Amino acid sequence: MTVIFDIASWLFIAAGAFFTIVGALGILRMPDMYTRCHAAGILDPFGVSLILVGLMFQAGLTLVTVKLGFLIVLLMFTSPVSTHALGRAALHHGLKPLLADDKQTGDVSSKR
Amino acid sequence: MRHVSLIVALAAFWLLLSGFYKPFLLAAGLGSVLAIVWFTDRRMKVLDLEGHPTHLSIRALTYWPWLIWEVVKSGWDVTKIILNPRLPISPRLVRVPTSQKTDVGRVIYANSITLTPGTTSLELDEQGILVHALTVAGAEGLATGDMDRRAAAFEAAL
Amino acid sequence: MFTAATLALLVAIGLAIGRACLGPTVFDRVLAANTIGTLAVCLMAVYGFLTERPEFLDVAIVYTLLNVLGTLAILKFFRFGSLGDPEEGEPADRPEAGR
Repeated sequence: MTVIFDIASWLFIAAGAFFTIVGALGILRMPDMYTRCHAAGILDPFGVSLILVGLMFQAGLTLVTVKLGFLIVLLMFTSPVSTHALGRAALHHGLKPLLADDKQTGDVSSKR
Repeated sequence: MRHVSLIVALAAFWLLLSGFYKPFLLAAGLGSVLAIVWFTDRRMKVLDLEGHPTHLSIRALTYWPWLIWEVVKSGWDVTKIILNPRLPISPRLVRVPTSQKTDVGRVIYANSITLTPGTTSLELDEQGILVHALTVAGAEGLATGDMDRRAAAFEAAL
Repeated sequence: MFTAATLALLVAIGLAIGRACLGPTVFDRVLAANTIGTLAVCLMAVYGFLTERPEFLDVAIVYTLLNVLGTLAILKFFRFGSLGDPEEGEPADRPEAGR
């Protein structure tokens, strides 16, 4: 039984680490601020939550698991709030989003 | 009713964080919980349907798994976009109408949109939500209104 | 396994710090700071498991709350030029006024 839990936990942690690095890479690669928000949105609740779920499998049925679950729910609630506040503040500040009006998709990324 | 549920939630939070069951610490926890309930109710006046939406707790069990599955699906799409060397994005702004009745419902819908990778709600008002979408597919997925209907059903569960 | 997760988180934090240094606008830097905060929460949890001391989780929970509050406070300061005292007549109702 512990072997199954170990394998499941390993899979979750590996997937979480993968998505975390992909999200950080996206934050570095994306051309403007609003698109970077999307990359942060894949890293923030998604990759980090997967790592925490992996840790839950490792902890077993203890208080630590409940704390990890609470941490996941907390991240799920707070991360959209800060992302929305960021986007709204940038929009009100007058930062124009980079838009692709039915042009070729390639020239958006080259305008960095 | 709402006081009781807030007291239970705060007491569970205290026990979760402390993990000790000595009489002094339990008494301190009880005092803190009662002080917080008094403060939120009498001084801040936020202990109402909006500040502590107890009526939504049951329906969350069906809404959250669906939302998590949506997050996983679109997260995978955004991952493929980021790892693509050509970075095939076509960002656009769309205005999405909302069919929720209360402010809580609209906030739930906007937060669900933001939580899903690939779409971010930028501005929320009475008429609708201004959404920044990373791809055409993300904008079209919102335009079908599936998430809108589910959020409205979630909010209507009283 | 925990070592690998720690290394991945450190790499991600490094990339986010790169964006914080490059970021052309202040919002890019706030976004990067928020991301670093979230990654630090996860790093605390993983490090607690790595050193067999799960007490780090309590710190992680509190840090999550501080992270979102810090982000909101910074953004509010940059939008309104103040942290919005209620005596000054509710700047949140007039988004254009305080710019």
